[in-house]
Amino acid sequence: MATRQCAIYGKGGIGKSTTTQNLVAGLAELGKRVMIVGCDPKADSTRLILHSKAQETIMQMAADAGSVEDLELEDVLKVGFGDIKCVESGGPEPGVGCAGRGVITAINFLEEEGAYEEDLDFVFYDVLGDVVCGGFAMPIRENKAQEIYIVCSGEMMAMYAANNIAKGIVKYASSGGVRLAGLICNSRNTAREDELIMELARQLGTQMIHFVPRDNIVQRAEIRRMTVIEYDPKSGQADEYRTLAQKIIDNQMFVVPTPISMDALEDLLMEFGVLEEEDESIVGKTAADEAVA
Amino acid sequence: MSTMTLEETKALIQEVLEAYPDKARKDRAKHLAANDQSVEQSKKCIISNRKSQPGVMTIRGCAYAGSKGVVWGPIKDMVHISHGPVGCGAYSRAGRRNYYTGHTGVNTFGTMNFTSDFQEKDIVFGGDKKLEKLIDEIEQLFPLVKGVSVQSECPIGLIGDDIEAVAKKKTKEHGKPVVPVRCEGFRGVSQSLGHHIANDAIRDHVLGNRDDDEGFETSPYDVAIIGDYNIGGDAWSSRILLEEMGLRVVAQWSGDGTLPEMELTPKVKLNLIHCYRSMNYISRYMEERYGIPWMEYNFFGPTKIAESLRKIAAFFDETIQANAERVIAKYRTEYEAVIAKYRPRLEGKKVMLYVGGLRPRHVIGAYEDLGMEVVGTGYEFAHNDDYDRTIQEMGNATLLYDDVTGYEFEAFVKRVKPDLIGSGIKEKYIFQKMGVPFRQMHSWDYSGPYHGYDGFAIFARDMDMTVNNPCWNSMQAPWLKPTAVETEAIAASA
Repeated sequence: MATRQCAIYGKGGIGKSTTTQNLVAGLAELGKRVMIVGCDPKADSTRLILHSKAQETIMQMAADAGSVEDLELEDVLKVGFGDIKCVESGGPEPGVGCAGRGVITAINFLEEEGAYEEDLDFVFYDVLGDVVCGGFAMPIRENKAQEIYIVCSGEMMAMYAANNIAKGIVKYASSGGVRLAGLICNSRNTAREDELIMELARQLGTQMIHFVPRDNIVQRAEIRRMTVIEYDPKSGQADEYRTLAQKIIDNQMFVVPTPISMDALEDLLMEFGVLEEEDESIVGKTAADEAVA
Repeated sequence: MSTMTLEETKALIQEVLEAYPDKARKDRAKHLAANDQSVEQSKKCIISNRKSQPGVMTIRGCAYAGSKGVVWGPIKDMVHISHGPVGCGAYSRAGRRNYYTGHTGVNTFGTMNFTSDFQEKDIVFGGDKKLEKLIDEIEQLFPLVKGVSVQSECPIGLIGDDIEAVAKKKTKEHGKPVVPVRCEGFRGVSQSLGHHIANDAIRDHVLGNRDDDEGFETSPYDVAIIGDYNIGGDAWSSRILLEEMGLRVVAQWSGDGTLPEMELTPKVKLNLIHCYRSMNYISRYMEERYGIPWMEYNFFGPTKIAESLRKIAAFFDETIQANAERVIAKYRTEYEAVIAKYRPRLEGKKVMLYVGGLRPRHVIGAYEDLGMEVVGTGYEFAHNDDYDRTIQEMGNATLLYDDVTGYEFEAFVKRVKPDLIGSGIKEKYIFQKMGVPFRQMHSWDYSGPYHGYDGFAIFARDMDMTVNNPCWNSMQAPWLKPTAVETEAIAASA
């Protein structure tokens, strides 16, 4: 079977890295050979698999060695739980340099070194929350990830972000083969969250591939730098990730998304009570103004 | 007078424009004109300083070229760091022939290339630390360096490096000016914005340095040469004329120039501007801030030199005015001999020019002194104030072309058939292969100086040896030439 390359996007802080590592652990358990490529200067995409604080990154090693040409694949590739291969692109500290270029350099390096030619069933790119420049769209360019999963929740900003990412996918879908493969709802326990995300998915032309319930066991496993599947394989939450993994294996629904207008999104949020009907009369009024009135 | 009528010139422009698709034609039409001396404002006939059309083979450079290559590069006692990948610095090294005196690598650095040689890791992690290290190394290796300028290449602006903070820190640490220059190549439409940015950096980091220092003894005859880059020694052959008429040249900007000279410039009585395009900004600023008047002058060819010397002298007292006459008289025999020798060989020859921002108008007088006629001229990066100054210098119905494209220039040359083209290195071999004599008018074709009376003699000799070079009679291979029999046959049938 050809390697399936998947990219995980979503609003910052939504749980992309946690979800990715847990579901990848599920895939590994099902006998799949998987690689995670962390595309975030923070380099926290592989810690639960490797039990490490932060994996040494391609860019940091390249800077230490002189240039990226001085590196070998085995220098940057670490193997962790379930034989999952891990790499982190890395990048600068906030405020300097160009993180986007770091992602481009790292992915080019992996490609040139033949990291994708090995026997892999899946490659997962865990990408920085916001696609701020071309570098962070690198994983979805031609011949890279074909499937995109967006992690979101029933919160307003997470859904805004999901819609925006869908817009970005449309651009790359028209020039290449990249498709939206589904929304993963990482629950925040908001009201009617599953229905809301299913409705959003429907409007975007895709599916909610799985609803991952909120459970503190995820945090308990994280403190131990482990995935739930490794920490407590018998827990209900571990089964949830296994289900997600199986659904991704079976997934056939790859679409060019149909992002919705801001108005449509706000209507949807109002319908589910996330957003209240806009009251034009209060726009621009300070608390003091309102006290007077 | 051009050999073409106004109608013919206009028709030629129309014909050349025909080759373009609609949108490009509409744009390029605004940059081409038949000269009309009755037009007072050039904007009525020509548009300039606009973005070039994609695909047209423009001859322009970039903002980095304008700052590092033109304005800052020649300041000989500073190190100018080409900050970014290696190519920009390597390919702009020493190519402009800004002559200088001094010991290269000891107290002067003009022909050396200093670069931060950006690698992938510097892009990703930022280059500020590398820049700091580089400045420290320069201070250590070249203790006589007077200051450092940081010439930004494109990536510096893209990745948001804070070169200003580095410059500030290092200025304090080493007690010498470290000047950050934001001349990233993608800024603006040509070199021109680079000149402006470089001027602004001088304003902010150099000019005020000796504002509170009264130690410099001034004289009533202090002047500065602004916008002479000493190409092939131009500033030297200019400076002697000013000195001979009793003026004291305090500073040369920036050919064979130094940082202390620039710092002292606010103390002068008059700024003399040769290249208006690249340094009018700083001259205007010194006028505003220090009340120093400025005037443009032209030291190409005896007519313009005499005009300029008199105009400069008029700013000063009668002694200087008398001196100016004496200088002109002193060189008269010399330049008349030059004219007597070369004019008969060059009389009536037609010239087409296409240079940067000054010479397309400034050298016209020198050609006219030799009996030659400039029938077409244009600038790479002029603004409309330059064309205002050009209209009066050019004959009616001559061609004006702004930011000329490779195709247009060739098409014009084929029709106008000039006896000489003066332009740059990229144009040189194309026209020579077409059999048209060519002089490189950016670097004086490895010759010079061309400024002043001394320069005029060299200018005249160079034009003669180019136009009258016997090689132009050998453009056809011997076996392709008609034989004597054929020639007779042609003659008989005629």
